[in-house]
Parts: sequence; structure tokens; C-alpha cells
Amino acid sequence: MPSNSLLTFGWLKQVGLLLLLLSSVAVAVEDVVNFSDESLRPRYQQLLEELRCPKCQNQNLADSNSAISQDLRAEVQRLLEQDLTDAEIKEYLKNRYSEFILYRPEVNRATWFLWAAPVVLVLLGGLIVLRLSRRKKLSQSEKLDVSPRSVEQQQRLDELLNSHKRGSE
Amino acid sequence: MNRLALFIPFALCLALGAFLFFSLGKDPLDLPSALVDEAFPEFALEELHEPERQVSTEDFAGQVLLVNVWATWCFACRIEHPWLNSLAEEGVAIVGLNYKDHRKLAQDWLQERGDPYQFSIFDPRGVLGIDLGVYGAPETYLVDSQGIIRHRRVGVVDERVWNEEFRDLYQQLVDQANAK
Repeated sequence: MPSNSLLTFGWLKQVGLLLLLLSSVAVAVEDVVNFSDESLRPRYQQLLEELRCPKCQNQNLADSNSAISQDLRAEVQRLLEQDLTDAEIKEYLKNRYSEFILYRPEVNRATWFLWAAPVVLVLLGGLIVLRLSRRKKLSQSEKLDVSPRSVEQQQRLDELLNSHKRGSE
Repeated sequence: MNRLALFIPFALCLALGAFLFFSLGKDPLDLPSALVDEAFPEFALEELHEPERQVSTEDFAGQVLLVNVWATWCFACRIEHPWLNSLAEEGVAIVGLNYKDHRKLAQDWLQERGDPYQFSIFDPRGVLGIDLGVYGAPETYLVDSQGIIRHRRVGVVDERVWNEEFRDLYQQLVDQANAK
């Protein structure tokens, strides 16, 4: 029966899809971390995203699988369980691994320029655009600005126009 | 005046180019140290050879010394080791910090290659390592007689590095300690 086999095929497809989904879930939870309180988990994830692996430079603690990142992940977990705030945990690690470990640098003497530069550049760009557009407007209005003709000029214009009309007739 | 102002963007580009060009020569692995001029962190760990003995900063005994972070899994430590041996022969006090290692392997390693250390801190879980901001081995810290870290070297200390980074500072610290 063709219809029946089609049905079973569809059923198999669904099971296959389900298995695929489940397997990807299984991969995602490879790194098992147990918290006494589940509310710590989002903070843990957030911290790992923002802390930089000191050994592997361009990865954060969440991405890196180097030995030191594993140790630091465990350290972050331990500190979270000790009821430290996020800021305290960052401070703790900063005191040991220097500012390098923070992917989001603090504002201080060395970094203020980094933080201020985008704002300054946007303001500067806006200022330039404003000035340019104003200058353009000015020059345009100058072109359109027709000063009133004097009576003599009007007479001369009429004469010229009339002579032209006569000439064409 | 107005014509000169036209060169401002050009000058800015030139300055940016120069900044980026010279930044290329900087070693990105050369991280700033958080602990230089800070006290060596407190610890209480077992000694490598004598598990029943606990060691701490008190065992530094007010000496100017090197603390050398090493492990048997660390390849560069093998390259570094002969120079540490000769430093110890010259009378430089060195304390070993055996980092994330196995006791037996570490003991055999020192037996085979010579033991330059006054004593060895055994830190299998890297607890002191985290307090020091260690992220690899070898690393070497120069500690003064007050227990303050004066210099940190990430990577191998060989004759060249010793002469360039450590020798003068070490001598100066020793002289200071003797003057007191």
C-alpha cells in the first residue's frame, strides 16, 4: 500500500528530526556546571562572555578550552557560590590578571580615549555635515536671490523684448 | 592659512599610520602585570618533597628570592632548568612553585635534572597560581626582602633574560636588604 508506506516514511522523518534536535542539545550541555541556585547560571554565562582568556588572547572564557580558562571558569563559579557580586568577581580577577582580563575595559586614564572617541567622532561628523549643508543652502539662496530691478532696467528690458518681438514678426 | 588647514587630515592620517606601525612591533603576549609592587599573595600549601610540611610566605624568611613557576608538562621549563641550576650555584635563592602537576613526576624530574630550589611549593590545583595571575609556565617572580614582588617574567629565564631584566634589580635589592 503506497499511502501507508508514505505515512511510515513521514513518521520516520519526524523521529529523525527529533533525534537531530536532541543530539544538538546534548552537545550544548557538554560543560556540566551545577549551581546550588539556578539563578546564578545566567550571571555565570554573562561573566564568561565578558572575561578574556589570558592565554588565548582573542577568546573569552566561554569560548576557550585552554587549561587556564577551565580553571578560571571554576573560579568564577566558586566566587558566584560565595555570593560575590559581578563587580566584585571582576575586581577579584583584575587584581590577579590585570585589566587585560576584562573584555569591557573600565574608564580610566589609559582607556578614556577609547570610550570617548566614538561620541567625539559622531559629534564632529554631525558638525561638519551641518556646516556643509548650511553653506550649500546659503549659496543656493544667493543664486535665486533676484534683486529688484530698477525702473530704468525694466524699461530697457521691455524695449529689448519688444524689439525682439518685432524682429520675429 | 586656509591652505595649510587642508593638510590637517593628511597629518592626522600620518599620525595614525605611525601609531599603528609602531604598535605592530609590540609583543601582544606581553601582558601588564597586576602584582608588580604588590605583596606576594599569602598561601598555605604542602611542600613537594615533604607532604606533611606546610609552607607559606614565612618560609621566604626575609630573603631576596626568585619564585619559579614550573611543571613537568611544561616544555620550556626543560630549557630553562640548567640556567636555574647555575643561578642556584651562584647563591641566588630560588623557590619552586610546582604548578598543576603530579607529585611523583615532579620529584623524579628534579632528581634527574638537579634541584635548584630551597624548597618547592606543591600546587596541584593551581590555587596559588590563580592568586598570582599565572596563566602558563614557566613564570618567574623576583621578590624582595619585604615579600614584595619586584619583577615578573612570563616565559623562560635564561642567561640573556637574567642579564637584561633581573641581574641589576636583584643586586640592588640584595644590597638594600644587607644595608638594613
